[in-house]
Amino acid sequence: MADESGAKRSPLLTPFNMIAGIIVLIGLIITAIRFTGGLAAVTNLSDNNPWGIWIGFDLLVGVALAAGGYVTSAAVYLFGMKRYHSAVRPAILTGFLGYALVVIALNYDVGRFWRLPYPFIMQQGTTSLLFEVAACVALYLTVLFLEFSPAALEWLGLKRLRNLIVKLTILLTIFGVILSTLHQSSLGALFLIAPSKLHPLWYSPYLPVYFFVTSIVAGLSMVIFESTLSGRYFGDKMDDVHKEEANHVALGFGKAASLVLAGYFIVKMVGISTANTWHYLNSGYGLWFLVEMLGFVALPCFLYAIGVRDKNVKLIKWTSALTVFGIILNRLNISLIAFNWHLPSSERYFPSLMEIGISVFLVTLGILAFRFIVTHMPIFYEHPDYTDAH
Amino acid sequence: MSISRRNFLTWIGAAGMGSVIPKAAKAATNKHFKGYEKSQGVLFDSVLCVGCRSCEAACNKVNELPIPDRPFTDKAVLDETRRPTSKAYTVVNKYPNQISKKETLYRKIQCNHCLEPACASVCFVKALKKTKEGPVVYDPSVCVGCRYCMIACPFEIPSYEYDKVFTPRVMKCTMCYPRIIDGKLPGCVEACPTEALTYGKRTDLLFIARERLRKFPHRYVQHIYGENEMGGTNWLHLSGVPFKQIGMREDLGITPAPQFTSGALSGVPIVAGLWPVLLLGIYAMSQRKEKIFKEEKEEALEFALKTANKKAEDKLSAALTEAEKTKEAAVQSAVKKALEEAAGSEPKEDS
Ligand code: SF4
Ligand code: SF4
Ligand code: SF4
Repeated sequence: MADESGAKRSPLLTPFNMIAGIIVLIGLIITAIRFTGGLAAVTNLSDNNPWGIWIGFDLLVGVALAAGGYVTSAAVYLFGMKRYHSAVRPAILTGFLGYALVVIALNYDVGRFWRLPYPFIMQQGTTSLLFEVAACVALYLTVLFLEFSPAALEWLGLKRLRNLIVKLTILLTIFGVILSTLHQSSLGALFLIAPSKLHPLWYSPYLPVYFFVTSIVAGLSMVIFESTLSGRYFGDKMDDVHKEEANHVALGFGKAASLVLAGYFIVKMVGISTANTWHYLNSGYGLWFLVEMLGFVALPCFLYAIGVRDKNVKLIKWTSALTVFGIILNRLNISLIAFNWHLPSSERYFPSLMEIGISVFLVTLGILAFRFIVTHMPIFYEHPDYTDAH
Repeated sequence: MSISRRNFLTWIGAAGMGSVIPKAAKAATNKHFKGYEKSQGVLFDSVLCVGCRSCEAACNKVNELPIPDRPFTDKAVLDETRRPTSKAYTVVNKYPNQISKKETLYRKIQCNHCLEPACASVCFVKALKKTKEGPVVYDPSVCVGCRYCMIACPFEIPSYEYDKVFTPRVMKCTMCYPRIIDGKLPGCVEACPTEALTYGKRTDLLFIARERLRKFPHRYVQHIYGENEMGGTNWLHLSGVPFKQIGMREDLGITPAPQFTSGALSGVPIVAGLWPVLLLGIYAMSQRKEKIFKEEKEEALEFALKTANKKAEDKLSAALTEAEKTKEAAVQSAVKKALEEAAGSEPKEDS
């Protein structure tokens, strides 16, 4: 991409910048329509389909794919896998941006965004899993902000504050893992309330477990996937340690992802056996379910394993993309595709162009923010003044 | 086998999802909530409903809902299957009678005012509430508009004012809560020209319903819909044909909605309690491993140093002795030389 040379001379009219600019412009226009015309002006939401892609993609997928932060920091700081240290900062940064975007997306989705704090300040609906999700996401965003802040503080040269926060690393990591466990699983548990609406192949009392386990897979795969992209576009920002460790990270995380995927496949089968929903496999939804389970769980599990055995980093990288896609598919299946499966097709939901526009807009904002931060702050390299991090 | 199973359960328990817990939770609450004692309800008898839509009109009026495009007298509206919307808390649908072709069947749809409402249990700001009088009511002054209540309701009742920019509300039947508090009948019940709608205490309504089933067994399906569905509802239904044929789901079961999520909710304190301990343990272990590793490293280093030192010492002392020897030899030879010289020079001096 033009950025590689562009970072030094920073010409504004690279193809990437132009496309991003157009997306941002369109996004701003839709934003204006959304907040002046209401949800009806931009979405295809209806009384039977109250949640669209802003929940299915922006919230559910967003949170799952931002799991790299807690997975990596737990591996490095809690499990003592120091050799993956260089992966922590990019993962935390992605996590922080991911969650920030989730919260922004929620402002678009809820009817009265200025009331988002109401569940905490007005009345606490503690019987709702959404309450738990909201509380954890809010807290975790704060934790991620703190975890990310040393990079920003190094950039700003605020040494004292930076050192203070670095001292909190372990505490923040533990806090992050607890909060992530809670809300990653609770996002799945949101759907426990509607056994009559979600297809039996996807509905299961184990939904929270599934969501938690897949969040680990998502986190591991996103770290690999993202480091692949970063290596290509921001390679010049990386120090040698980062570049050297990247392959270790791919091999180590690929191995872990393979194992967790295998475990996930097994618990899914256990779930289907206990609910005895095998006979549903013999239907259109059954076929779709098999596509998800075989193509996006079993296959990546296998490919990761092969990649690790043969030390084939390239295969691992491609598999990470496949897995990330599988996670997206899984979240969309549960929230949209297999949800309301009992309704006639005329009453089913399909996102409007403007809904998709906002989702693309938000992802683009994330990428732009990511680019700005990695080009200015010590994410892929160690700041020469602060090499104590190891 | 048993060990691995135990491990598996422990793992799940530790992961805190508590999917193993629902059973326990159910067992703990084996007393099934039968609704507030004096709560009110409505009995809808589809056998007696003539599809006149008077109830819709009355509902529209007492709740000050927007005037619809087509008047309530327009029977053609019945040709399409409708659901309650943000502009109509209740709708009447027409269904073909699959048993006797002559009669058409009608069903009135509105919020069933569940004894343990799914909608209220999932509202994260408690905007929806079950009153002790029976109705499930809504407080628009706190509602955030997340629409989770709409996801949760098994009867697909709540609707949303998507077209409002700043004041969108969840809209659903209130059983005319303000009216019944005033001692009036719900709008629809008051307007119904037949006995299709009866308002009263839920226990009385169950009694009336049972009487009808007993007196006219050939006219009714022997089932009171809402007596147990989703744990029971305050709005009850009677029908002459299987309820499925008038668009009502028969697969909802009798589990009150909050029980679906109780397991996951009880997992929260488990995660919050166990995880920190577990994680700290793991951290301590990895730290310890590292410490041991470090210590071992240090020991090894020390040992290496010691050996090296010793060797060096040995070498040194050897070198020293060697040096000493050389030195001695040198001294000796020097002395010898000196002596020799002295001896040699003596005669010179002497001479
Ligand atoms: S029918 Fe739906 S909206 Fe009415 S109380 Fe029950 S769950 Fe709530
Ligand atoms: S839309 Fe309003 S009433 Fe419904 S769950 Fe959300 S906050 Fe509660
Ligand atoms: S007013 Fe009574 S008879 Fe007429 S449609 Fe409504 S419930 Fe049926």
